Amino acid sequence: MTLDVSVPLTTTPALTISQSAGRAKKAVTSRWASAAAVVLGVLWTIPTFGLALSSIRPEKAIKTTGWWTFFTHPEFTLDNYRTVLGSDSGIDLGRSFVNSIVITLPAVVIPLCLAALAAYAFAWVDFRGRNVLFVGVFALQIVPIQVTLIPLLKLYSQTGLADSFWTVWLAHSCFALPLAIFLLHNFMSEIPRELIEAARMDGAGHVTILLRVLLPLLTPALAAFGIFQFLWVWNDLLVALTFTSSPELRPLTVGLANLAGTRGNAYHLLTAGAFVAIIVPIAVFLSLQRYFVRGLLAGGLKG
Amino acid sequence: MTDAQKFVQMATAILAFVAVMGLLLLLASRFSGRRADRGVAALFLLPTAVLLGIGLLYPAARTVLQSFFDRAGSSFVGLDNYTKIFTDHDELIVLRNTILWVVITPFLATSIGLIYAILVDKARFEKLAKSLIFLPMAISFVGASIIWKFVYEYRPDEAGIKQIGLLNQLLIKVGGTPQQWLLEKPWNTLFLIVIMIWIQAGFAMTILSAAIRGIPEDIVEAARLDGVGALGMFRYVTVPSIRPALVVVLTTIGIATLKVFDIVRTVTGGQFDTSVIANEFYTQSFRADNQGLGAALAVVLFLLVIPIVAYNIRQLRASEAR
Repeated sequence: MTLDVSVPLTTTPALTISQSAGRAKKAVTSRWASAAAVVLGVLWTIPTFGLALSSIRPEKAIKTTGWWTFFTHPEFTLDNYRTVLGSDSGIDLGRSFVNSIVITLPAVVIPLCLAALAAYAFAWVDFRGRNVLFVGVFALQIVPIQVTLIPLLKLYSQTGLADSFWTVWLAHSCFALPLAIFLLHNFMSEIPRELIEAARMDGAGHVTILLRVLLPLLTPALAAFGIFQFLWVWNDLLVALTFTSSPELRPLTVGLANLAGTRGNAYHLLTAGAFVAIIVPIAVFLSLQRYFVRGLLAGGLKG
Repeated sequence: MTDAQKFVQMATAILAFVAVMGLLLLLASRFSGRRADRGVAALFLLPTAVLLGIGLLYPAARTVLQSFFDRAGSSFVGLDNYTKIFTDHDELIVLRNTILWVVITPFLATSIGLIYAILVDKARFEKLAKSLIFLPMAISFVGASIIWKFVYEYRPDEAGIKQIGLLNQLLIKVGGTPQQWLLEKPWNTLFLIVIMIWIQAGFAMTILSAAIRGIPEDIVEAARLDGVGALGMFRYVTVPSIRPALVVVLTTIGIATLKVFDIVRTVTGGQFDTSVIANEFYTQSFRADNQGLGAALAVVLFLLVIPIVAYNIRQLRASEAR
């Protein structure tokens, strides 16, 4: 799906309202607007804030009083984190944390590289059937992951790959490709033709053009998709739940979902666990927000 | 496996992949002359074709086929699975919930995102304000579900135990009695939908804010000189100008909403009449071991995505033609 966000105005509104509205009125409106914005902003942040604050309160305090009592009766502990991260509690989100990293890195790098190759072929190599193929890949974006899971799982167990990181890496790579190719193709085809032609005149082949001319220019696009895919894989539950059956391989999302399922009222563990799981994507997001927004604006959202 | 072994495996995978990439590029660089194009295209597209074929096309075809078979996948049952989805009492509730999700989430998330984008446009604290709304996008559905489960938490009335959920506390403050938000049918589905709106509003806000920036300054200025007030500006200038972006946001959130199962699974597990198709698919396929029904649910999910995408494409075409 393309997001054409710089669309020109298509209908000119009929303006018949009198010119009496003055500056004073505008100032009042904008003050109300700011107030409304602050209210919404606070409303949006409070749930996360409450969770973060609760995670450092002692078990008994969490279970008998609301987190807002912290401001009147501050109590502080790191026990919740010790319990969820440690291996003797049986929760062991520390191990899940490692698994999340091990799953995420290859699942970002592999589709990114493959998509760069394919996007280049679609954008700058002439071959028969190019447009048909590209539309086909584009259309695959709408296939829901659910449709593919069970046959893929069977295929994995037939080939002896089942229940290993390989299955998760491969699955994520497959699912990411259509969107990645589409996004990178959009960026690549915007690069001026003269630049490519000039390189060809100098005798550069396709590989040289891709590596020397395009790659340096594509860094923002690669970063945008890289962050996108990072957040997607790190936050994924469905794929991980399907393809990792042994607890040893399970990432944070699965560990956390299981915790919510088995100990749904153990809020001292749930709050700390949830905070462990969301801290990395939030850090990535806050530090690289610019690229992330750029990626969003460039072409739709996976889901 | 120890942590160290895991990292070694990860490094091995990445190195092996880099080696494959190197080989592909080396082979591609040996093609030369006018006929190089076809060879390079074939090499560059080969890995993608293999992965998409094995990872998407083949499984999708198998699933469609599977949906016409029974729970063990051994005997052909025709359309029985589909009939069940559209007649069985429980499955009809699942369908009803899915429709509620897909209708309510996009409209509310987009409305909130749009209003917020307008409110903070060119404000002094714009960047910070946007980050606040946008932050939930970075949080996993599972994390968000726990955050909100905590907000909705209900504590039975006992001595020494106070309400720990924010919503019930607020209710007490205004003089109400605490509620079990997640158990009350059919309202519990709405409380789950709130979580998705909380996540998606930031997406809507980002896209729409960029679209609002794209409105030509002279049009805004002309309207202002004509004395158009804030509401008139919204109604006659902002909304018509960003209509294509609105359509994309609505449809994108709609599709994402259809496929989300994490929220329902984490908060209620689909109990108390809160299941949706995506969750029911998981339950039938992996918990109830009913492969045929699971496959049929996945196919229905796929079929529901198509009209949304078609609408999106038609709207984009229409706005390009004008």
